[in-house]
Amino acid sequence: MTFEIDYLAIGPEIAVALTVMAVLTLDLLLPKSQKYWTGVVAVVGLMVAALPLLQLVADGTTRTMLDGSWVVDDFALVVKALFLVSGYLVLLMSVGYIESDRYYEGEYYFLLLSSILGSLVMASARDFITLFIGLELVTAPLFLLAGWRKGDVRSNESALKFFLIGVLSAAMLGWGMSFVYGLTGTVSFTGIDAALGGLLADEAMRPAAVLAVLFVMTGFAFKISAVPFHFWAPDTYEGAPTPVTAYLSVSSKAAGFVGLLVVCYQAFGSAREIWAPTLWILAVLSMTVANLSALNQTNIVRLLAYSSVAQAGFMLVPFGAAAVGGADLGQTFSATIIYIIVYAFMNLGAFAFVLAATRRTRSGLISAYAGLGTRAPGLAFMGAVFFFSLAGIPPLAGWYAKFVMFSSAIGAGDTWAIVLAAIAAVNAVIAFYYYAKVVKTMWFDAAPETPDKDVSMVPGSLQLSLALATVLVFAFGILPSLADTLGRAAQL
Amino acid sequence: MELWTNGAGLSLTVVLPLVGAVIVGLTPRASESLQKVVALLTSLATLAVTVGAALVFEYGQGAGFQLGTDRPWIPGIDATYAVGIDGISLPMLALSAFITVLAIIYSWNHWDEPKNPKAFLLLILVLAAGMNGTFIALDLVLFFIFFEIVLLPMYFMIGIWGDKTPRSVPIFGITMETRLYAALKFFVFTLFGSAFMLLGFLALYFNADPQTFSIPGLIAQAPALGALPFAGWIFAGLALGFAVKVPMWPFHTWLPDAHTAAPTVGSVLLAAILLKLGSYGFIRIAIPVLPEQAKEFAPAIAVLAVIGIIYGSLACLAQTDMKRLIAFSSVGHMGFVMLGIATMTEIGINAAIIGMVAHGVITGLLFFLAGSMHHRYHTREMARLGGNLALMPKMGWILSFTAMASLGLPGLAGFWGEFMALLGAYNPLPGLDAGLFRGAMVTGAIGTVLTAGYLLWMLQKVNLGEPKAEWAGHEFHDVDRYEMTAWLPLLAFTVLLGVYPKLVFGATVPAVEALVQTAFGG
Repeated sequence: MTFEIDYLAIGPEIAVALTVMAVLTLDLLLPKSQKYWTGVVAVVGLMVAALPLLQLVADGTTRTMLDGSWVVDDFALVVKALFLVSGYLVLLMSVGYIESDRYYEGEYYFLLLSSILGSLVMASARDFITLFIGLELVTAPLFLLAGWRKGDVRSNESALKFFLIGVLSAAMLGWGMSFVYGLTGTVSFTGIDAALGGLLADEAMRPAAVLAVLFVMTGFAFKISAVPFHFWAPDTYEGAPTPVTAYLSVSSKAAGFVGLLVVCYQAFGSAREIWAPTLWILAVLSMTVANLSALNQTNIVRLLAYSSVAQAGFMLVPFGAAAVGGADLGQTFSATIIYIIVYAFMNLGAFAFVLAATRRTRSGLISAYAGLGTRAPGLAFMGAVFFFSLAGIPPLAGWYAKFVMFSSAIGAGDTWAIVLAAIAAVNAVIAFYYYAKVVKTMWFDAAPETPDKDVSMVPGSLQLSLALATVLVFAFGILPSLADTLGRAAQL
Repeated sequence: MELWTNGAGLSLTVVLPLVGAVIVGLTPRASESLQKVVALLTSLATLAVTVGAALVFEYGQGAGFQLGTDRPWIPGIDATYAVGIDGISLPMLALSAFITVLAIIYSWNHWDEPKNPKAFLLLILVLAAGMNGTFIALDLVLFFIFFEIVLLPMYFMIGIWGDKTPRSVPIFGITMETRLYAALKFFVFTLFGSAFMLLGFLALYFNADPQTFSIPGLIAQAPALGALPFAGWIFAGLALGFAVKVPMWPFHTWLPDAHTAAPTVGSVLLAAILLKLGSYGFIRIAIPVLPEQAKEFAPAIAVLAVIGIIYGSLACLAQTDMKRLIAFSSVGHMGFVMLGIATMTEIGINAAIIGMVAHGVITGLLFFLAGSMHHRYHTREMARLGGNLALMPKMGWILSFTAMASLGLPGLAGFWGEFMALLGAYNPLPGLDAGLFRGAMVTGAIGTVLTAGYLLWMLQKVNLGEPKAEWAGHEFHDVDRYEMTAWLPLLAFTVLLGVYPKLVFGATVPAVEALVQTAFGG
């Protein structure tokens, strides 16, 4: 074991870690009226963290540390950039929201940054222990953040449910990982991959190996809230503060997917016959159940919760397609990455829109958006952009995510993969119905008689996040090669 | 000129309307006349570009695409920005650019509630970009994008400016406003079809060697693609997407609702252009890329087409609402277009194209008329109308003339499409069941009689007779300047296409000949 540290390779993590400490220290020193500085420091710190990342990109060589436990390759760089940018957007969304609440500002940024730090670690982790630490560092701060509005019963419920499920999934994951370790005698992904093939071929060891793989899969299924491990999501999403929900549905979910990707394609590369059919089933269930449940939602955040479960189903389609022998694994892998990149920005945009719109309506009900098209046309326009993008309508970014998803399934060429694509196609139409319902309410329904509660300007930081997300959704939709290049560069 | 060799000219037909839309979007909401002028100028410029393209177009050259380009766009999936036109797409592009200008002129002083000219003009321009783009796209991904882009503006047009009367929703047993029901139904039906169309596109891509989304590239590989074991399924996927858009019976149910609910200009654009995207897709993609499968499916398409003709006509006879009647007449007319396509012969496909252009001109005008009459009478119930000719002579005569054109009177535009489709059905492509097609011809011929029947019946109810007592004392102002400006070109083209169909055939005949030669080897 060598302990030579390549400081540039952990540069982004160091920058975020320093920001975490700076925020905590500042919070201690600043008087109550000056607490907003913690937010400023958090935003600046995340931007500084991008500098070593850019340096690593310019450098271009794959860096490996600690006997292959820590790898900075193109995949890690793309994913880290995604986590930084989406973390940055969530911070922008949080600033105005947290300020207007009476609760602790400094701690909020401290916890959020810690979670972002965890997601950065995830991207480079190439053994089960580092991965587990990264994943739990993503999740643990979110237990607290979900319950941030401590005077609100729903927020308490949200935090408690999330905590219990989080612990359960960590237990599943830990159990599965230790089982894998017991069987293979290693925690490194390459080592596991080498040993697992032999174990699966061995009649006596096969049941144990299958069980271990399935437990790890189940743990991740909770993290990405795939059906039937999704039931915590709507309640947690609804009760948590909206910026935290945005983070949960994008960064935290993406972290789960990143873990799933490296584990499936690297550690369990030789167990594809087990995980791929499992994820085929999870994909079908997630898409279908979540879409049907979303149809009748009246609360916008619950609708987005089910939508994010359904979107996770779409993201699982390439995994399911990989079940087929002829599937081009590079294609299925990059299809998932591209989907995650596109999804991150359109879903963050949708939540930023919800934050801005809720300031006006003071209600979580979709029906409260009635007439927004005449009351606030600019905002309603952006809302339509994000919701139609989630539905996958060109020329908005979502179409390309759906396109590569379908493409990976059809490209596999097998009957099961084509059936999966057909199920996804029907689901895309069902999903359109509830996304369109929101747009319909904004643009087609008459405005209520009561005037808006708060027509003051949307805070500048929130406006900035809305603008950034809108620009990205159009840019990725019209020039999909932007997302495509990133997604295809990110190979293991 | 460089403009025509590097594809910039054709790209302008998409870019100009989009630029116009952005400018309209940036103007303050109150400056309505500025918005109108910008919209009109950009649509006129687009039309000018299209006319320019028609002037430099080489008419004699049948095969291949002209004035286009092929540039990298999404290298990761081999999708390129490939555009170009041939004799089949040129008339459609011209029709689209032409109708857009007229729609904007008509809009000048006709606004359905809740008015908002800024948003409405913006949507027309985005719609125009999507329509023009579909007709010039030569890459399946690009085609798909444009094919889908048109959905959004039409969805908003129907949903915001559409018919606000409540109606009951079948199956769900609830009541909602017609516009909401129609907008959603329109979108969901089309999306359902195009989702499977996309799967078909992807299947073509992955089975081509080398893999490509290029339409000419795929046509060149037609024999290999047609030999695939599941080529029939691929064709079915494409056909589903296009058939919903046409719409062919039994996928037509969204059409009467969408047409009736849409604001006047929305109905015009929907009837004149959007429906054509489906039949154009058959001619551009489905038939040349998978000719063997097209031949297998041809009898089914022909049967569905004649069912559409008869069903559409009979449904027209059962209507009490004038606009809904015109909407159902589209089902019948598009049935003739599809029958022409199903014969897979040169004469049939030429018939389909001139049928599309004629239907665009004539039915577009009929929807304008229905809108203007509703504007004055505030009803579309034919039982309450009557004596229109006496109340508004100009409107009445234009309506009579257009209805005559619509029923296929020789000498007017509608004649060629119907007549030649039936002619083509007498002698379909060798290998197709001639008996079945002749049966289809006879049934289609009965359809033409029914078509004449319902249009004359409509004229009798709306135009002739004495005005109803409830209109006594009302002053109706006859066709105004803007209406006349928008309609005269359509009237002129109705006559011109009738007496000089070579205007369309000059472009289509060589191209269709080449298409049929390549697909079916003569």
